Amino acid sequence: MSTASIINPHPASLPSSSADRASRSGIWLGLFTITMSFAAFTSALFVREGTSDWGHIVLPSVLYFNTFLLLCSSGTIEIARRSLVGGRVIDSPKSRKGTIWLLFTLVLALAFCLGQYMAWQQLRAQGFYLATNPNSSFFYVLTFMHVLHLLAGIAVLAYLTGRVLASHTTFRRSLFENTAIYWHFLGILWVYLFVLCRMKL
Amino acid sequence: MQETSAQQAHVHAPPEGFIRKYVFSLDHKVIGKQYFALALVAVFVGMGLSWLMRIHLVWPNSRIPGLELLSKVGAPGGVMTPEYYLSLLTMHGTLMVFFVLTNAPFAALGNYFLPIQIGAEDMAFPRFNMMSFWTTFVAFVVLILAFFIPDGPPIAGWTSYAPLSAVGKDAGPGMQWGESLWGLSIAIFCIGSLLGSLNFIATTLDLRAKGMTLMRMPISTWAWFITSCISLLAFAVLLPACILLVLDRHAGTSFFIPAGLIISDRAQPHAGGSPLLWQHLFWFFGHPEVYIAILPAMGIVSHILINSMRKPLLSAKVIIYSMMSIGFLSYMVWGHHMFVSGMNPMSSLAFSFPTLTITIPATVMTLIWLGSLYGANIQINSASLFSLGFISMFVSGGVSGFFLAQPSIDIYLHGTYFVVGHFHLVMGVAALFGVFSGTYFWFPKMTGRMMNDSWGKLHFLITFIGAYCIFMPFHYLGLVGNVRRYSSFVNDFMGPDLMALHKFITISALVTGAAQFIFLFNLIHSRFKGAPASDNPWNATTLEWSMPSPPPWNNFGDRHPIVYHDPYQYGVRGLKGDFVMQDSPEQAITSGD
Repeated sequence: MSTASIINPHPASLPSSSADRASRSGIWLGLFTITMSFAAFTSALFVREGTSDWGHIVLPSVLYFNTFLLLCSSGTIEIARRSLVGGRVIDSPKSRKGTIWLLFTLVLALAFCLGQYMAWQQLRAQGFYLATNPNSSFFYVLTFMHVLHLLAGIAVLAYLTGRVLASHTTFRRSLFENTAIYWHFLGILWVYLFVLCRMKL
Repeated sequence: MQETSAQQAHVHAPPEGFIRKYVFSLDHKVIGKQYFALALVAVFVGMGLSWLMRIHLVWPNSRIPGLELLSKVGAPGGVMTPEYYLSLLTMHGTLMVFFVLTNAPFAALGNYFLPIQIGAEDMAFPRFNMMSFWTTFVAFVVLILAFFIPDGPPIAGWTSYAPLSAVGKDAGPGMQWGESLWGLSIAIFCIGSLLGSLNFIATTLDLRAKGMTLMRMPISTWAWFITSCISLLAFAVLLPACILLVLDRHAGTSFFIPAGLIISDRAQPHAGGSPLLWQHLFWFFGHPEVYIAILPAMGIVSHILINSMRKPLLSAKVIIYSMMSIGFLSYMVWGHHMFVSGMNPMSSLAFSFPTLTITIPATVMTLIWLGSLYGANIQINSASLFSLGFISMFVSGGVSGFFLAQPSIDIYLHGTYFVVGHFHLVMGVAALFGVFSGTYFWFPKMTGRMMNDSWGKLHFLITFIGAYCIFMPFHYLGLVGNVRRYSSFVNDFMGPDLMALHKFITISALVTGAAQFIFLFNLIHSRFKGAPASDNPWNATTLEWSMPSPPPWNNFGDRHPIVYHDPYQYGVRGLKGDFVMQDSPEQAITSGD
């Protein structure tokens, strides 16, 4: 097959516009659902915080660096999106640049996950486990749930990267755009969770 | 030009092979039938459990043959222990609420008919759709597993109130692994429901046929759409609640378990949690869940009544707006389940007001149905009878809600059979009547064969009378102070007359349950031997009747329906009779013209 396949045809089959519209609606509905779940966790946190045994934890310093990494990855995926989705042909310099930024995003995302793991290790070293006090319970639950959502995003990113690197294949523009929206959302969600944990120290 | 060529492609290729056609199918119609089959299995298991409970309630020392095979510990020698009664109660409630009342009216019928009624070829995300069914199936298997573990099913009730649900084996039989399976099952169920709801909403918003404006959607489609919005919000909260519950049980956290708790003579190694927190999270889901069960039935019944009356409702728009109001208000009333929970009495007052307010849209809808029926020459068949039965059950069960909405009255009635009668009529029986009505109505479309109408009428007659015989006396029992959740009663406590009433209820339950086998037989027999159905046996107007029965895998084939009319053009002079189909370009002429 030619290496110059167009990058954004619509191989699936719905009328292109309605398929794209549906997947865009889908991603926003998904984000709404995740927001609602974290709102439920937050309200549980506020209720639980009102009790006398809330406790105290020292937030691991690596979290600041992790926050920086995740925000950077939001920037890199945005550059990748603009280069790749805007490009018509795989082998153009513009889309090669996009591919590199996409790889960067993947590396940053994995680094963030590693950083979160280190944060958990630091907390454990200080003697704060999941069940030590409600404060540490919520910290582990919130950060773990966030990483879980992030892993789903990483899976899609890895898939997209694979498709782009094997340049004879094509992928849907809407999938890339929706992944970028999802990724930005996870960044915002992390900032929110970080601030929340910081406030409730 | 580009759009036309794109439209000729299909959402997915025609399925090939048994697995793709019937097991891991991407076709919304097959998935709808799978949900229906799952709900059918769940409802018969749930009904069997209610039989066992009813028999035990009135003959507590009698041996039920074969019961010891289900649980040697729970029913030694075939005689049920009080704890095992609670296990059956928990499983009955969980199966019925989640796997029947959520699956049958919403996931099953909605999956099959929502895409067709809006002129779409399939759901927006067929793979998610398949995943949502199989996730739900796994949830069902995990729940049923609880019967077969040594521990047995949990005894915490379908609401799994903390702290007893959160502490583990000290809380009683079934509370070690049975309750964990419950939590896991419901968490999995939440994921399936979220995927399904997301799919319903995106499909409705983005895949409507040309000309199918929002206000041209059938009322049933509106009902499924509103339900999916409610469901998306509700299950998104239940899922975190279940996660926290499982963590309390297995990871030693204390989200829901307070300090200093002693259960079964053992101090619990937890501190500071809030049992009320579980109730808040659970009922934030739990009350909207009532509407997840009943709203689709409201839509289905409206859809079918219009067809049977051969005239539009007084106002379809008001029905739709009322359903929206109910959906909106459903999120402001959850505290009315918690009047006796120790919550601040001021909160009770705050929850009482919107609860009473929600009766306004419900009453408006009822008045529209009744007002439209006034003077209508309604065609009586199994489908329309169950629709009429729905209104009757909804009103009878709903009226007792007025009493329960007021904290001062609820404090007396909350722990009694009055509540059991109320929610069974309004949520259980009414929603199931909607499902029955929908099944009799749409069966010809789904299978290409008619269901037997005489058996359907017999099924209706016994079920209608039976449901009243079972659930009306519950209200009376509640008013005289008969507590619920007890496994048996003695005459000294109840008074001999009340035991006679309990026996009457049990016999009614056995007869009414047996009548459901008429339905099951009718369903299976008609599937293979029923009279062949035409494409539009009810002379109906909406898009599902414009395609062959049963529909081909790609619904409309290569045809792309264009919608010209509001959904209910009945009582007019059309080319085919007193109706004009939605996709017919003919001009509807009112009969009076």
